[in-house]
Amino acid sequence: MQFLRPASWEDALAAKAEHPSAVPLAGGTDVMVEINFDHRRPTHLLDLSRIRELHEWETGGGTVRLGAAVPYSKIIDGLSRELPGLALASRTVGSPQIRNRGSVGGNLGAASPAGDAHPALLAAGAEVEAVSVRGTRSIPVEEFYTGVKRNALAEDELIRSVRIRKADGPQQFSKVGTRNAMVIAVCAFGIALHPSTRTVRAGIGSAAPTPLRARVAEDFLGAALEEGGLWSSGRTIPPAVAREFAELCSGACNPIDDVRGSAAYRRRAVGVMARRTLGWAWESYRATGNGSTTEGGAQCA
Amino acid sequence: MRVTFTVNGRRHEADDVWEGESLLYVLRERMGLPGSKNACEQGECGSCTVRLDGEPVCACLVAAGQAEGREVVTVEGLAAYARERDGTAGTGDLAPVQQAFLDAGAVQCGFCTPGLLVAADELIERTPEPSDADIREALSGNLCRCTGYEKIMDAVRLAAARSDAGGAREVV
Amino acid sequence: MAPPSGPAGAPSTLGQGAGTRAGVGDSPLRPDGTLKVTGEFAYSSDMWHEDMLWGCTLRSPHAHAEIVSLDTGEALRQAGVYAVLTHDDLPAAVKNYGLEIPDTPVLAHGRVRHHGEPVALVAADHPETARRAAAKIKVEYRELPVVHDEESATAPDAPLLHPGRDDHHAGHVPHPNIVHRQPIVRGDAAAAAGRADVVVTGEYEVGMQDQAFLGPESGLAVPAEDGGVDLFVATQWLHSDLRQIAPVLGLPEEKVRMTLSGVGGAFGGREDLSMQIHACLLALATGKPVKIVYNRFESFFGHVHRHPAKLRYEHGATRDGKLTHMRCRIVLDGGAYASASPAVVGNAASLSVGPYVVDDVEIEALALYTNNPPCGAMRGFGAVQACFAYEAQMDKLAAELGMDPVELRQRNAMAQGAVLPTGQAVDSPAPVAELLRRVKARPMPPEAQWETVGGAPDVRALPGGLSNTTHGEGVVRGVGYAVGIKNVGFSEGFDDYSTARVRLEVVGGEPVALVHTAMAEVGQGGITVHAQIARTELGVTQVTIQPADTRVGSAGSTSASRQTYVTGGAVQHVCALVREKVLERGRERLGTHHPAWATAELLLEGGKVVTDGGEVLASLADVLGEEPVEAEDEWRHRPTEAFDLRTGQGFGHVQYSFAAHRAVVEVDTELGLVKVVELACAQDVGKAMNPQAVVGQIQGGTVQGLGLAVLEEIVVDPGAKVRNPSFTDYLIPTLLDTPTIPVDVLELADAHAPYGLRGAGEAPTLSSTPAVLAAVRAATGRALPRVPVRPEHIVDV
Repeated sequence: MQFLRPASWEDALAAKAEHPSAVPLAGGTDVMVEINFDHRRPTHLLDLSRIRELHEWETGGGTVRLGAAVPYSKIIDGLSRELPGLALASRTVGSPQIRNRGSVGGNLGAASPAGDAHPALLAAGAEVEAVSVRGTRSIPVEEFYTGVKRNALAEDELIRSVRIRKADGPQQFSKVGTRNAMVIAVCAFGIALHPSTRTVRAGIGSAAPTPLRARVAEDFLGAALEEGGLWSSGRTIPPAVAREFAELCSGACNPIDDVRGSAAYRRRAVGVMARRTLGWAWESYRATGNGSTTEGGAQCA
Repeated sequence: MRVTFTVNGRRHEADDVWEGESLLYVLRERMGLPGSKNACEQGECGSCTVRLDGEPVCACLVAAGQAEGREVVTVEGLAAYARERDGTAGTGDLAPVQQAFLDAGAVQCGFCTPGLLVAADELIERTPEPSDADIREALSGNLCRCTGYEKIMDAVRLAAARSDAGGAREVV
Repeated sequence: MAPPSGPAGAPSTLGQGAGTRAGVGDSPLRPDGTLKVTGEFAYSSDMWHEDMLWGCTLRSPHAHAEIVSLDTGEALRQAGVYAVLTHDDLPAAVKNYGLEIPDTPVLAHGRVRHHGEPVALVAADHPETARRAAAKIKVEYRELPVVHDEESATAPDAPLLHPGRDDHHAGHVPHPNIVHRQPIVRGDAAAAAGRADVVVTGEYEVGMQDQAFLGPESGLAVPAEDGGVDLFVATQWLHSDLRQIAPVLGLPEEKVRMTLSGVGGAFGGREDLSMQIHACLLALATGKPVKIVYNRFESFFGHVHRHPAKLRYEHGATRDGKLTHMRCRIVLDGGAYASASPAVVGNAASLSVGPYVVDDVEIEALALYTNNPPCGAMRGFGAVQACFAYEAQMDKLAAELGMDPVELRQRNAMAQGAVLPTGQAVDSPAPVAELLRRVKARPMPPEAQWETVGGAPDVRALPGGLSNTTHGEGVVRGVGYAVGIKNVGFSEGFDDYSTARVRLEVVGGEPVALVHTAMAEVGQGGITVHAQIARTELGVTQVTIQPADTRVGSAGSTSASRQTYVTGGAVQHVCALVREKVLERGRERLGTHHPAWATAELLLEGGKVVTDGGEVLASLADVLGEEPVEAEDEWRHRPTEAFDLRTGQGFGHVQYSFAAHRAVVEVDTELGLVKVVELACAQDVGKAMNPQAVVGQIQGGTVQGLGLAVLEEIVVDPGAKVRNPSFTDYLIPTLLDTPTIPVDVLELADAHAPYGLRGAGEAPTLSSTPAVLAAVRAATGRALPRVPVRPEHIVDV
């Protein structure tokens, strides 16, 4: 095994081009477990921890350009206004120690369906900036996940950043684990209201071979909100609509039975999380006066 | 490969390090600093918690080569680190959080203790008056199998209260 | 009733040592505490030696297979590899070991019987070199059908785990794949059933729990010039290890010198051998020190677990809530090797009725041999499984009778003098009803603690915690109660003793006591208590605890809640011998100086010899002079006897321990997630030798019970393979899963025990689990007959 320690992004890209089997290493929260437990013996470890730009973010324009190696703790502390869904998801990652090291770039690179960031990225809208010596391409996050622990990166590519749309409305994230902290998701759900486009996006984690968007549910809810004039009126979402949205989210799942949970439970739990997070997000939308809240307090559901 | 970094204020060097070795292995087996504990080697227990450039991290998940040139604080250096930070030079051999763990009965087998101490010390540094919920969240990455955590809670409350009292005295 | 043995009578409030500072009843700091908080305490995985090699174990990927061929040639040729050993390399005729039945091969011989069984060993100059070499050992397996439950294990044509068994249980078991079976019959259950107004039955299941001690199996073996070996290891019982290790090495016991290294928790998981023999074999084969450290993955294969169990119960009661009869059948899965299964069976059977008076019972408990992972000792030891079931039955019965579940329990609670199904009378306090009263009388924790003033809910106080699954939706509170009974000490006629050596001498003008035992300090604080006893008995301030090793006689195991009782008893007894010698010397040397030497009751207090009237006769320094006083002796608790193999009758246990819990939980009834809000415990400890430490034991045991209730299970698939050998998927409680644990300690002395104490370590692990389940049932209305309860079970999908 060789340990490659590029000092610059250009050097890192060159190293990855020269050694396509090199495994990128940033926080080490996945890769080092595999090495410690003898599950993996890469020819090269490509240490990205010295590359400054991977640890920074830019917030100009409508997106946050989040460096691939920015640790979750920094997202919680510094980006909860711009990326509230991702910040909520970040708080559920591993432990404080893991959050000080783990990063969205690592979640994407590992492409585990259980990665906590994925539902939040899917809900917010994000593109992965994949770079190689050949150039840069931008991959919509929906297209990035190609299978269980597989992603769309070419073998010479590294993740430079993720461009995530800044929140234009409330976002929520919820994850089921069998422990109340430091737990891998049995399943997870992210929702983002986008009042500027009058759309809703929903991301599901750990309930299918890849993280995915619940597009049918999104479309249904978008239409229901539009038809009911709810974006403008700020009225409570009718329970039947919330229920249908939840059921469609459940229906979007394609889960398996495994040691962490059963397929049937995952479907059920995704539905519950969809209904609850929609409720929280919508309440927040109403409370911030984005809709007209003419009904006052009379419509507590 | 060779790695060189600072541990507890002192420069350490190790040769013939296998590239897959963790910071934890190098500290324990090559630098004579076995205080950080190897309980899970998968970032799920916090027993190997050290400060890496100030941040609490699991040393088992830091590749040794990633520590090159960085500053590491382990439980062995915690008392000196706390002394320097708190400006209480020469007042005892233990950091306040170490003394509090002893006084509160928070140590049984002690295998989780070094990691908990590093994490708890950092919590109090960051949040001098933590609520119980703050303590539970900040230390939720540190498993303890002996105590049921109650006396660990007592110890952290005690350490925070003492630090607070110490601060107040300094102000006076 | 047997008389109390040794000098340990009922506790006195005055006399030797009363009020000694940091003595019995105080909570002095742990003697190892400073080392533990500074990182200097040397655990077994911290051992290091110049030139040492690293050992690595190749384990079976199959649950049951024939080893067709085994080729170590390529592994041996790797640079940096010093030895590769298989079964064929074992040096002596003895090639098996085991706690009671030596059925466990040191290295597999022709056949592997469980997933993860050790097959070969490698010693190399770096752990990675050893791992790579182990991967180059070529093993050809032919897979065999597995037996994994009672049906498959006891089928007429079932493959036998140990054909040709000749152990002492082989003759009385109904099938060779049953390790041991213990029936207990008392009264006439069939007739009594006729008097029942209400009968409830239930089938219950307990999953396989792991001790999950944090310090993995590890140690260092150093070959010695005399052909022997020095072994530094973390264990629960040095002398039991020694008895099993030496014959396999072909060495006399005196050439295997064992020293206890720092132990990172145990909970039963270090009662069996793990890497001990392996490290010694490699050290002797290479002539170099060899260190072995398991990682967490290997640790799950490196020690036995708590027996999973299936339990069928029937209870009857009259309309006014008086139990008429109980029938039960408890099937424990012992896995591939016997380990402590026979004793676990004895406990499960004899404690299956719980702390209740039932005159008419039919009980059967047995342990199976299967291809599942071997199971043995874990905190609670057979009593945990039974308690989960009988307490569920009590709630079921209360519901059927329309009676308060605590009241039902109290009506049937045993008290001192009660006769157990084994015919043994409980001859010390048994405050079962009082413990229940105390936990019930506690004020309830406040409702909805997640609510904040005008702000968002604090999810940390909600089911799901940081995962943000509910802001109060679907959350229902439930309250549940449970109480349990655990035996203390080794039972069924085992010669349970401990040895202590105590020396009193003057160092720098001060009297210092030196206490040497082989007791394994595994975190419980036994060494703190030993020092307290020495202070109380010898009236000194300074006590040094010698490291535990095999240079002193056996202390027995740090298990069965027994060490404070038995090794504590030994230290007290030997201190008394030292005290007598000191006084004898005082009389010889100074007796003429004062008539009180001959006439008064003399005590050692504050470093002086004083009369019971408080008059100082001499300082210890003056009495001792330059010559130390030393004594060594064994101490035994009163004997027990084996249970009759047919009726289960017998004075089987030396002491009983009781704890009760009240659990308050909040359950997200839509997602099946649980937050335990409070887990209050009341326990009788006889005498709180160290009040701070005993509360720590109770809280720790309580949380292990909580873990079994809602989190912890080693998942074994029908092919007998372990599916979750890691801390990622075997989940133990974190600080956010753990509630506040108020503890109410009762001190009702047991006149048979030293200081009146009662072994305390295990009882809280029993009742915690059923209390949590009762609370979850109360919140959800579901039957939940299995632990750990999973979200799927609560939401019923």
